[in-house]
Amino acid sequence: MTLTDRIATVASWIVALAVCIYLLTPLIITVIVSFTSSSVYTLPPPGWSLRWYETMARKHDLISALWLSVNLASISTIIALVVGTLASLAIVRGRFPGREILATVTVSPLMMPGLVIGVALLQFFRDLGLRDAYWSLLLAHIVITLPYIVRTLVAALEKFDFSLIDAAQTLGLPYSRAIIKVMVPGLAPAFLTSGMFAFLASMDNYPISIFLTDAWNKTLPIKMLQYLEEAPDPTIAAVSSGLIVLALTALVIGSRTVGLNRMIQ
Amino acid sequence: MSQFNGAAAAPGRRTDPFLLLAVPALCLLGMLFVLPIVFLLVKSFRDTTGNLSIATYVAFFSDPFMLTALRRTIVVAIETTLLTLLLGYPTAFALARARGFTQTIILIAMILPLSVGVIVKAFAWSIVFRTDGVINKTLLGLGIIDQPLRLLFTETALVIGATNIFLPFMVLPIYAVIRQTDPNLRSAAATLGAGPLFCFFRVTLPLTLPGIVAGAAFVFSMAVAMYVIPNLIIGERTQTLSMLIARSFLYLRNEQMGSTISTILLAIAAFIVIVSSVILKRLSGRQA
Repeated sequence: MTLTDRIATVASWIVALAVCIYLLTPLIITVIVSFTSSSVYTLPPPGWSLRWYETMARKHDLISALWLSVNLASISTIIALVVGTLASLAIVRGRFPGREILATVTVSPLMMPGLVIGVALLQFFRDLGLRDAYWSLLLAHIVITLPYIVRTLVAALEKFDFSLIDAAQTLGLPYSRAIIKVMVPGLAPAFLTSGMFAFLASMDNYPISIFLTDAWNKTLPIKMLQYLEEAPDPTIAAVSSGLIVLALTALVIGSRTVGLNRMIQ
Repeated sequence: MSQFNGAAAAPGRRTDPFLLLAVPALCLLGMLFVLPIVFLLVKSFRDTTGNLSIATYVAFFSDPFMLTALRRTIVVAIETTLLTLLLGYPTAFALARARGFTQTIILIAMILPLSVGVIVKAFAWSIVFRTDGVINKTLLGLGIIDQPLRLLFTETALVIGATNIFLPFMVLPIYAVIRQTDPNLRSAAATLGAGPLFCFFRVTLPLTLPGIVAGAAFVFSMAVAMYVIPNLIIGERTQTLSMLIARSFLYLRNEQMGSTISTILLAIAAFIVIVSSVILKRLSGRQA
């Protein structure tokens, strides 16, 4: 190793260390602020307390917003898993013309401005006469979750050895059983990670949901931002800390079952 | 023969059964993504009476306020992309070299913030950048400044916050590419007498270019469209295209102008997606 190489290596380690601290800073700040005794965001906090967690538990509108978000995220992720898996199989195994277009269209909502999709859906649903906020949100959240599923599953299916299914059939399993016994376990890590990121993306979505809510159906991000504008106190830090714990739990489950390195592929 | 191989055996003879599997996704995305966007594009080219017109585009491009917002949106997105690349590129190399515990730590630092959500992080940065926030207190305490800096509501704060939120999207594609490259190529070049700078510009950089292009395209397309982050960090003072869209639809009820700004933002995002995929295709063609 030459001297320049060594300097470059050391420099990359220093940058990586700084980046890790930089990336974790907002999460640490949020957790610290949530335990403050003060009603403003003073750092470091003048004292510690659980009062903002108590306040959070009393805010029924925040809790109903949380349930709406969990409901939308769960249902849309399940639908996206089914529809997305079928579409991924078509993209990877099909031989029909336009497969590339299908692949691009299914993943492109991820790279298109969320607000634009939201605005387009707002006008479209209004033209159709769909006025129900819950159904509008659910349909929109399928568009949000589907790209995450397809992106991961296409990558997983491209690596999957389909001759294993033939092998299982040769060994006497009927076709449907061969799929369940061979393909589903082989794709389980992809289902888990893509489902997790799709769920979290739905839970976090603001730009699309904002155009489709009404007074009774407000998702958690919308309620949180509204709360921050109206009454900025550390209650939101307590809610955020709850979301951080949720993400951490998902991460621990993911790393134990799939492995961190495979989660990001 | 299994159903999976049946399609490949008879191309074009009958309808590919795999096409049927794509029907639910095609219907959903056709109805909920493609069609609404086509309607939006059509609407942006109509006037209030419904006739074809480019009046709102003329109004947009002749309004200095709108042009400033357009320029600012693009400048902030470019700055964010460059900063994520500057920090992300060395980090991706460190991540690829790291083993065991160190690798786990860096991976957690990437994935945990990715799973937490934008609102939580943007909210935290708005606390950090307050006049009585951590940065000012530290700088004052160290005697570097004697007046608190105004950080919140500035573009610098926005770029720092946005870079923080989008950084994993730059690191991960570059990391994926580094893992696929052969580390011996560098040593081979060095053995053949290539200097470190030559090695970097002729071996390392070209090999990692696909990761850079993918990461940059992703970060730029998110940064140009971000709404929650500027909303919490710079507020109403500085307008970006996203904030103008939200304002036209939610407060001003000027849907005509809102549709036009949406179309312009969409065109920028689509341009980036198309250009990056063309570059990526060229790059993979060159290496094959």
